[in-house]
Amino acid sequence: MIMPILLPLLAAAAQRLLPSSAVRNALAPCSGLGVLAAAILLAVTVTADGPQTGVGLLRVDALSAYLLIVIGAVSLVSGVATPSYLRTESDLGHSDEAAQRRYAVLVQLFLAVMALAVLAANLGVLWVSIEATTVVSAFLVGQQRTKAAVEAAWKYVVISSTGIALALLGIFLLNFAALHADDSARLNWISLVTSAPQLDPAVTRIAVVLLVLGFGTKAGLSPLHSWLPDAYSQAPAPVSALMSGVLSSVAFYAVLRIKVIADSALGVDFTRNLLVVMSLASLLLAASLMLGQRDYKRMLGYSSIENMGLLALGAAIGSPLAIAAVLLHVLGHGLIKSSLFIGAGRIFQLTGSTRIDGVHGLAGRSPALAGAFGLGVLAVIGFPPFSLFASEVGIATAGFAAGMGAVTTAALLLVLITAAALVVHTSRMLLGRVAQAPASVMTGHAETTRDRPGFAPAPTVLSGEGSTAVLSGATPTTVLSGATPTTVLSGTGSATAVAVRAVPKGTATAVRRPGADVWAMVGALIACAVLGIWAGPVGTLLQQATVIVTGMAP
Amino acid sequence: MNAGASAQVLNIAAGAFLFTAVLILWRRELASIIDIFALQGVALAVMVAVIAVDEGSVELFVVAVGVLVVRSGVLPWLLRRALSHAGATRRETRPLVNVVASLLAAAALTLLAYAVSQPLVALDPSPAAHAIPVGMAVVLIGFFVLVTRRLALSQLVGFLLMDNGITAVGFLSTAGVSLIVELGVTLDVLLMVLVLQVLKTRIREAFGDTDLGELRGLHD
Repeated sequence: MIMPILLPLLAAAAQRLLPSSAVRNALAPCSGLGVLAAAILLAVTVTADGPQTGVGLLRVDALSAYLLIVIGAVSLVSGVATPSYLRTESDLGHSDEAAQRRYAVLVQLFLAVMALAVLAANLGVLWVSIEATTVVSAFLVGQQRTKAAVEAAWKYVVISSTGIALALLGIFLLNFAALHADDSARLNWISLVTSAPQLDPAVTRIAVVLLVLGFGTKAGLSPLHSWLPDAYSQAPAPVSALMSGVLSSVAFYAVLRIKVIADSALGVDFTRNLLVVMSLASLLLAASLMLGQRDYKRMLGYSSIENMGLLALGAAIGSPLAIAAVLLHVLGHGLIKSSLFIGAGRIFQLTGSTRIDGVHGLAGRSPALAGAFGLGVLAVIGFPPFSLFASEVGIATAGFAAGMGAVTTAALLLVLITAAALVVHTSRMLLGRVAQAPASVMTGHAETTRDRPGFAPAPTVLSGEGSTAVLSGATPTTVLSGATPTTVLSGTGSATAVAVRAVPKGTATAVRRPGADVWAMVGALIACAVLGIWAGPVGTLLQQATVIVTGMAP
Repeated sequence: MNAGASAQVLNIAAGAFLFTAVLILWRRELASIIDIFALQGVALAVMVAVIAVDEGSVELFVVAVGVLVVRSGVLPWLLRRALSHAGATRRETRPLVNVVASLLAAAALTLLAYAVSQPLVALDPSPAAHAIPVGMAVVLIGFFVLVTRRLALSQLVGFLLMDNGITAVGFLSTAGVSLIVELGVTLDVLLMVLVLQVLKTRIREAFGDTDLGELRGLHD
C-alpha cells in the first residue's frame, strides 16, 4: 500500500543523487509507470477483497484506488513528456542543470504527497498532505523566476493556504462535533461516517461550509479560484499538466469524502445547495472570461475551472449515475487536460508567445502537435468517442432525473458557451497561413509579443466555420480535416525556416524534433477514447467507488 | 489550580489574544507588528497550558511549550530576519483601508465571530469552549489583515494571525487533535513561511521592492 508513496520518494532521492542526466531523465516516466502499476495492483486487491488498512494512518478503498489510478495515469503522461520538455528548455537556455535537478526532485515529492492524500485514512493526514502539495508545488510554479512566474507563485501560495486554512478550521469544528457525538470518534473516515447521524447539526453545518470552501479552493472552484489561471499559465508545462490533471482532482476527492459525512449528518439538501452555488459561479466565471481570452494557457486554465464546476454539479446531484459520471470525468479530464497543457508548453517553446494571436497556422508548421492539440480540445468540450462525452451526458441525464432541470439547463448553456469560445480560439491558433507565422525570439514573456506590429486577423471564415460546425453537431473531423491537409502541404516547406528563426543559437533541432511529448498526448487521447467506448475493468472499480460515495450502486 | 482560577487565567489569556490581534491592525510599523505577534504567541501558549493543567495532561503541556517556541520564538525570528533584508519598506504606509475603519471592522468582525460561534458554545458549557469565539474573531481579523495590506510581510503576518486563531479554536474546542496531525500542521506552517520568504526574496530580485500593490502583471 505504501508503494505509490514510496516509489516517487525513491525517485526523488535518485534524482538528487544520480550524476547522469540521461538516467535521471528516464526516471520521470518510470516513476509514473510505477505509480500506475502499484495503483492497478491495489485496485485489483480492493475490488476483490474490499478495503485495506495499513500502518494505522493509511487506508485504501475503491474510491482512493480509483484516484490513485488517475494520479498514476496523469503522472505517466506528464512523465513521458518531461525529458523532451527539459531538453528543449536547456537547449533554449531557459534552465540549467541545477534548476532541472531541483525541478525533478520537487515533481517526485509532489507526486508522493498527492498519493499520500488519497491514501490517508484520516481527515487530518489528508489536510497535512494537501497543504504539503502547496508547499512543494509553489517552487514548481515559480520555477521560471520571471516576474510573472514569481507573482503567480506568491498568489498561489497565499490564496491556497488561506483556503486550506479555512479547511483546517472546519476539521477542528468537525472534530469538536464528533467528540461530543461519540467519545471514540476521531477524524477517521470510518468512524466519522458511522457517527455522522449523531453529529450536532449546527456545528457540522459551519464545519462543512468551511471544508467545502477550503478544499474547493485547491480544486479551483469559485470563489477562491483566482490563483488558478495564473499558476497554470506560469508553471512549466508538465507541472501544469499534473496540477490540472491530478491536484484539482485530489482536492475534489476531499470534497466528495466530506459530502458523504455531510449528507448523513445534515441530509442531502445542504451540501447540494452549497455545491450548486459554487458550481454555477465557477461555470459562469469560466464562460465569461473564456470569451475574450487572449492567452492560450490561461484559456486552458479557465477550461479547468469549468470542468471543476461540472464536477461540483455532478456531486451536487449526488445520484449514483451522477457520481459515477463525476468519477469518470475526473479520469477523462485528467488525461485530456494534461495532454493539452503539454501541447501548450510545446507550442510556447515553438513560438515563444502565449498569446492566441501569436500562434498562427500551427497545423502547417507542426501537424502532429496541432492535430493532437485540436483533438484534445474537441475531447475536452465533450465530443464522442472520448470519455468526457459519456460523463457529461451522464451528469446532464442525472441532473434532469433528479429534478434539477433548471440548474442543469443553466449549467449546460454555460458549458456550451465555453466550448464555443474554446473552439474559436483554438481554430485561430491551429489554422491560418504559415507565411505570417511570428518569428519572435524566445523571451519567456507574454508581454513582449503584445506590441508586435499586427498580424492579419486569423482567417475568420475558417474559424467561424469551425465553431458553427461544432455547435450544430457536425462530426469533429470536418473541422480539422477540412483545413489541415492543405495547410500541411503548403506549410511543411517553410516550417524549418520558421523554427530556425524562432530560436536564437542554432539549436533548432531541439525545438523541431517531434518529441516524446507528442506521443504522450497521443497516448492520453487514445486512452481517453478507449475509456469512452469501453470502461472495461475500470467499470467495476467505478461502481464500487460510487457505492462508497452514495451508498447505492449505479 | 482550582477551577475558578484556571478559568480566570484562561479568560485573561483569551482577552490578550484578541487584544494583540486588534493592536496588529492598529500599528503600521512592521517591527512593532512582529513584536505584538510574538506576544500573541505567548497568550496562545498560556491558553494551551491552562487547558493542559486542567486536564492534567503532560502531553498537552509539552505541546504548549512547543506552541510557545514556534509562535513566539521561531516565527517572529523568521519575520524579523525577513524585515532586516527588506530595506526601506519597513512601514505599511498605504493600507487599502485606513486605521479607524480597520478598527471598526475589527469590532464588527468580533461581533460576527460571536454570532457564528453560538452553536459551538451551546454544545459544550466548559470555560474553554466559551473562549472559542475569541479564536474565531482572530481568524476573521487575520483574514481582514491579509486582504487589506499591500506589503508582502504584512500579508504574511495576516496569514499567521489567521493560523493562530485556527490553532486556538482547535485547542479550545477539543484539546487538539492527534499529536501527529498537530506536528504536521506546525511543520506545514513553518514550511509555508519559509516558502513565502524565498518567494519574497525572488520578488525583490525581480521587482526591486516587495510592494505587492505593484503585482498587477497577471489578470484578465
